[in-house]
Amino acid sequence: MADLTSTFIGIKSPNPFWLASAPPTDKEYNVRRAFEAGWGGVVWKTLGEEGPPVVNVNGPRYGAIYGADRRLLGLNNIELITDRPLQQNLREIKAVKRDYPDRAMIVSLMVPCEEHAWKAILPVVEETGADGIELNFGCPHGMSERGMGAAVGQVPEYIEMVARWCKQNTRMPVIVKLTPNITDIRKPAEAALRGGADAVSLINTINSITSVNLDTMSPEPSIDGKGSHGGYCGPAVKPIAMSMVSEIARNVETRDLPISGIGGITTWRDAAEFMSLGCGNVQVCTAVMTYGFKIVSEMISGLSDWMDEKGHSSTADFIGQAVPNVTDWQYLNLNYVAKAKIDQDACISCGRCYAACEDTSHQAIAMSKDRSFSVIDEECVACNLCVDVCPVENCISMVPMEPGQTDPRTGKVVEKEYANWTTHPNNPGAVAAE
Amino acid sequence: MPNSQMTPGIVPGRVPAEDLAENFDDLHPAYTGHEATVAADRCYFCHDAPCVTACPTDIDIPLFIRQIQTGTPDAAAKTILSQNILGGMCARVCPTETLCEQVCVREVAEGKPVEIGRLQRHATDTLMAKNIHPFTRAASTGKTVAVVGAGPAGLACAHRLAMHGHDVTLYDGRAKAGGLNEFGIAAYKTTDDFAAREVNWLMQIGGITLELGKRLGDGLNLDDLKTTHDAVFLGIGLGGVNSLRAAGEERDGVSDAVSFIADLRQADDLAKLPVGRNVVVIGGGMTAVDAAVQCKLLGAESVTIAYRRGQDAMSASPFEQDLAAANGVRLLFNAQPIAIHGNGAAAEVEFEYTATKSGKLKGTGETFRLKADQVFKAIGQTLEGAPETLKLKGGKIAVKGAGQTSQKGIWAGGDCATGGDDLTVTAVAEGRDAAEDIHTTLMA
Repeated sequence: MADLTSTFIGIKSPNPFWLASAPPTDKEYNVRRAFEAGWGGVVWKTLGEEGPPVVNVNGPRYGAIYGADRRLLGLNNIELITDRPLQQNLREIKAVKRDYPDRAMIVSLMVPCEEHAWKAILPVVEETGADGIELNFGCPHGMSERGMGAAVGQVPEYIEMVARWCKQNTRMPVIVKLTPNITDIRKPAEAALRGGADAVSLINTINSITSVNLDTMSPEPSIDGKGSHGGYCGPAVKPIAMSMVSEIARNVETRDLPISGIGGITTWRDAAEFMSLGCGNVQVCTAVMTYGFKIVSEMISGLSDWMDEKGHSSTADFIGQAVPNVTDWQYLNLNYVAKAKIDQDACISCGRCYAACEDTSHQAIAMSKDRSFSVIDEECVACNLCVDVCPVENCISMVPMEPGQTDPRTGKVVEKEYANWTTHPNNPGAVAAE
Repeated sequence: MPNSQMTPGIVPGRVPAEDLAENFDDLHPAYTGHEATVAADRCYFCHDAPCVTACPTDIDIPLFIRQIQTGTPDAAAKTILSQNILGGMCARVCPTETLCEQVCVREVAEGKPVEIGRLQRHATDTLMAKNIHPFTRAASTGKTVAVVGAGPAGLACAHRLAMHGHDVTLYDGRAKAGGLNEFGIAAYKTTDDFAAREVNWLMQIGGITLELGKRLGDGLNLDDLKTTHDAVFLGIGLGGVNSLRAAGEERDGVSDAVSFIADLRQADDLAKLPVGRNVVVIGGGMTAVDAAVQCKLLGAESVTIAYRRGQDAMSASPFEQDLAAANGVRLLFNAQPIAIHGNGAAAEVEFEYTATKSGKLKGTGETFRLKADQVFKAIGQTLEGAPETLKLKGGKIAVKGAGQTSQKGIWAGGDCATGGDDLTVTAVAEGRDAAEDIHTTLMA
């Protein structure tokens, strides 16, 4: 069995699966259950400063969107940071860490954007024996209206400033959690790095309204007929999160900055994908809120089996392996030509590829009288839509043409050499290939 | 002492009343809302969907399933009913396993089709539970049409004609409308008096006058109808029953399966309906299965369906055969009755085994006997009481196009006419199409 142990910015855990700062990590009771289930670490739900805790709404906090059979695809929430007293949280963190010394214990923090506030909380957290802190600069609702959470995360200068305060006032490693509610994720990551942060974690939740009740005209979740945008998470956000992770991982300034990946991770495969894009570990929330802590067993066995199959002895072997393959569009090989091919034995003749191609693409699929479907190579641009809408896995595939063959659509011979847009004759800014 | 399965002869009350209710419960229980959504999610929304092609009434199945899936079952019902006004009954009785569900791409791919019939029932039941009739009648045309036979063909024809604004008189010889829906289908396929409720719901279109107790040759004749109406549609079904041509057919205890099913459907109290201890049903179609299964449910000790050909030739679908077997009915193939023995009443049926030799079915000479105090004939129905002026073909009223008979101004459809299988859904399609043809003709 592959070695799943993980060392992330010096913090050891038996596997790379942490629970993200969120309701599942709000209390000793939950966290003990999580550790018993096998989770490698937790990021304790965000603590605020000493004093009367925040209050939450007393109506629904979550809204959801569903796929078939009410499979939860996206969740949003309007919950705030912990609404339990600071001292109680600290006592519990200390007790759990004492009993589970091999698990990673990170504490998420959010206090006002003033140095004294951070100076006050850092020592008391350090005293719990926690392994590190995560700065919550991402929470998009409620706290941001008070100048915290995403309100900080959207201003790179603030990120840098607070990260620096923390680094100067604690020996604990500092992770900066980033909000996706910005235009360029590299800017806050660069700011965190300048401030001395040890790592970034991303993404936090995305501003969202999951649905509108068409009877009451209230957004959901509805509190007495009104709704507020909440933070969106779950499987639906994974593609957005992975793109942002990859941006940081391949950015010259931040490529060596460790990343803890967050965003819709539900299975071992999701975790492996995030890690291949440069994440040292991953954090999970919605999946356990949907299925409970037990899913970590599948994540452990799945990742371990895959690593064995691929011959990876440790997670370090594959972390970042996909990063060099993420590039800009202009560098994609325009001499790569593929054609869709339908496996007639696998085809169940639903005709969805035909409808999609005929109505919305390139009219490149022919339908016979007996409802068999075939690709018209003269029209096929290899857009992949037919593959994407086909309900049968591997029924339609994109087959690359061999160099020397003639593409019946363009009449041009497929060239062996790589050539991209930067040198293409249609590009007014093309640079002649020397 | 009450009767039991073992009581000899043809007696009522073989099973306790509470068991009877359970035995005759819905064969395919209705979906809950969530079940319907999950079932609808399985539909691939095929392009040029094979299920639509397979449906005799051309219901846009992918569309109505998507309407269920998006939470609008009333719209789904309208999609169904605009093609098939008896969509509620067809959802219950259609042999979907040989029609839409047989060609569902998921049946082809996985052996598990989208459950189109049950989804259709979910949609139509939802709308009918609200007592919504989603169609309105066009302004009166002043034209009158006589529709003879208030079975599926007649009802569909009458509804469509009324919708177009014609005044329809709908005649039926029985005391109730509905035809085979009311009298000829197993009770567990149409529970809670559904057939009658559906007729009442259908009549809400208005413009249809129902005249019961009148049939051709008994209160009606075609020439009068032709004179008094602008057009006539005949949906008179098949009233006669084929005879066994076996010795002893006249013995007590030998009767028609269709009559037995009609009696059962009209019985106020199934506990009072007599059934034999040992029942033999002769035939190989749906009627044979409906009769046999219901005998078993009434408490007969042994029930055998005897069919003279092999299993592959049986017109009852594999689903129906399985249903019979699951209810403890024995299926016997390649056995033809040659005599019914008994002293006054039937006691045994004597069969001869058959084999097909050079394309012809022949007795092998080997015989055997089955105990039988009740014998049902389910070997097909015949046209009865058809007007002599109409041309027949293969024992049915010959039609061309959309139900046009050999006589101008007279249309026919359903089981009594040529073309299509003898199914409820086919009858609905023929009635509907004839109505459109009549409408076009009258308005020309």
